[in-house]
Amino acid sequence: MNVVNLKAEPLRGPPAEASMSAPAKTVALQRASAADLQASSEIDKPDYVRTRAPEWLVRALAMTLGIASFIALWAVIARVGGELPKPSVTWDAALKLFADPFYNNGPNDQGIGWNVLNSLGRVAIGFGAAALVGIPLGFMIGRFRFLSDMAAPIIGLLKPVSPLAWLPIGLLVFKSADPAAIYVIFICSVWPLMINTAVGVRQVPHDYLNVARVLKLSEWKVFTRVLFPAVLPHVITGVRLSIGVAWLVIVAAEMLTGGVGIGFWVWDEWNNLNVQHIIIAIFVVGIVGLALEQALILLANRFSYDSKS
Amino acid sequence: MRKYLQIDNLGMRFETKKGSFVALRDINLHIAEGEFVSLIGHSGCGKSTLLNLIAGLLRPTRGAMLLANREIAGPGPDRGVVFQNHSLLPWLNTFENVHLAVERVFGERESRAQLKARVHRALELVDLTHAETKYPHEISGGMKQRVGIARALSMEPKVLLLDEPFGALDALTRAHLQDELMQIVVRTKSTVVMVTHDVDEAVLLSDRIVMLTNGPAATIGDVIAVDLPRPRDRLTLATHPAYLRCRTQMLQFLYRKQMHQAA
Repeated sequence: MNVVNLKAEPLRGPPAEASMSAPAKTVALQRASAADLQASSEIDKPDYVRTRAPEWLVRALAMTLGIASFIALWAVIARVGGELPKPSVTWDAALKLFADPFYNNGPNDQGIGWNVLNSLGRVAIGFGAAALVGIPLGFMIGRFRFLSDMAAPIIGLLKPVSPLAWLPIGLLVFKSADPAAIYVIFICSVWPLMINTAVGVRQVPHDYLNVARVLKLSEWKVFTRVLFPAVLPHVITGVRLSIGVAWLVIVAAEMLTGGVGIGFWVWDEWNNLNVQHIIIAIFVVGIVGLALEQALILLANRFSYDSKS
Repeated sequence: MRKYLQIDNLGMRFETKKGSFVALRDINLHIAEGEFVSLIGHSGCGKSTLLNLIAGLLRPTRGAMLLANREIAGPGPDRGVVFQNHSLLPWLNTFENVHLAVERVFGERESRAQLKARVHRALELVDLTHAETKYPHEISGGMKQRVGIARALSMEPKVLLLDEPFGALDALTRAHLQDELMQIVVRTKSTVVMVTHDVDEAVLLSDRIVMLTNGPAATIGDVIAVDLPRPRDRLTLATHPAYLRCRTQMLQFLYRKQMHQAA
């Protein structure tokens, strides 16, 4: 059995693996091992797989190579271009910066940790409000044709507007920078949440709804047992997209509104002509965004069902 | 014959973008309590439409249907439907899928323990007690269909409606489930209407076989009474003269009288 599993392993390519849900993976594995069981009884060559490098090693190697060439390119540009800080200088600055990420010297001079946490806090509040509004609205738009037709022109008109265009309105209404930034996050998060939820509701397989109809389930049971579980993967996709957008937008919004936050920090360091710190901030923003995305993909996999099997 | 399920002058017309389309016309069918009736016909003849009408998932444009002297005015748990593609909810396990139905029908009158016992009895009936905690993607196609049957039967429906229940299964599994269904129907004394496209399946299981003409505007072309003793055994049946007669009659209907229109 061990041999069979070993041989089945390389058959699972990385793209397929990423897109497959957990149950589908087991099915693929079972199919692969069944096929291999047959093959191994005919040709008894258990060792041929071991001559190939394991897949994770190849992938890790490729990723390392990618990062290395990126840094090399950066070093070359820094050497030629003059103004751009070199990777080594940036690294030293980063070590100094991260040695004490949570110092607090008043509102205009705080550690990078505080700045990131402040930005994340704004995203959390803005996104949370968007989820509270967008997901229920999405369910209603998806379920009732009339509401969908009502909402279509508004969504169509407002969705393509850059969130930053809303900032002056936010400042006007809230008379304060912080709620205005949160409000911008809300506005940009609410569309993907609403639209994905509505699409999800419309795509609930007819069979499931027929089961609900045959059983004559109450509206509440239809919602909790059929609609909500069926739509959940779509909602999570909406959450992923909207958090991604929110994280993109918060940097720009904070640059304009000021206060403690990674976006304003970047602007502040630009005013201080501290270019290393700007580059560090770019990495920090990227890494936090990546972490958010990965966490939500994990969450999505947890709630994806293989409806085809 | 006592009329249990009564279908009179039933007609179904769909309004499509290309205009109106008559799927069924002049369907008259009376089914007695405890009877097993199969609907057979070429694909697209509207046999599933007829089943959906009985299930209440579609509303007829003409005629009337009565079940135990009450008009069928929509879907309801007095008609247990087994869908062709099992239609189990993938986020509920075997027990929960059946429990959803049991809870709906008996939840107001019975205790939790009684409901649980009903689910267990239904799963026992289809021999799936061991797969209670398994999710639909973890069990085979045949098992899924058995859960579907258990779900339908657990509601103690007046009539069991099967929409090509074994169509998606391999031949061996299908034969096994047909035998199982025969035993279940004997034990539960169910009234069954089954849509099928399998001639042998129809003869093996049915008391009567209703053959539909080709659509559009399909109607009942012929009805065969299957005079075979029960319990039936597929091996001894294979050479039984009545079996062969029914089979020949059906094949002639399907391939001589209705062939020319079939796509």
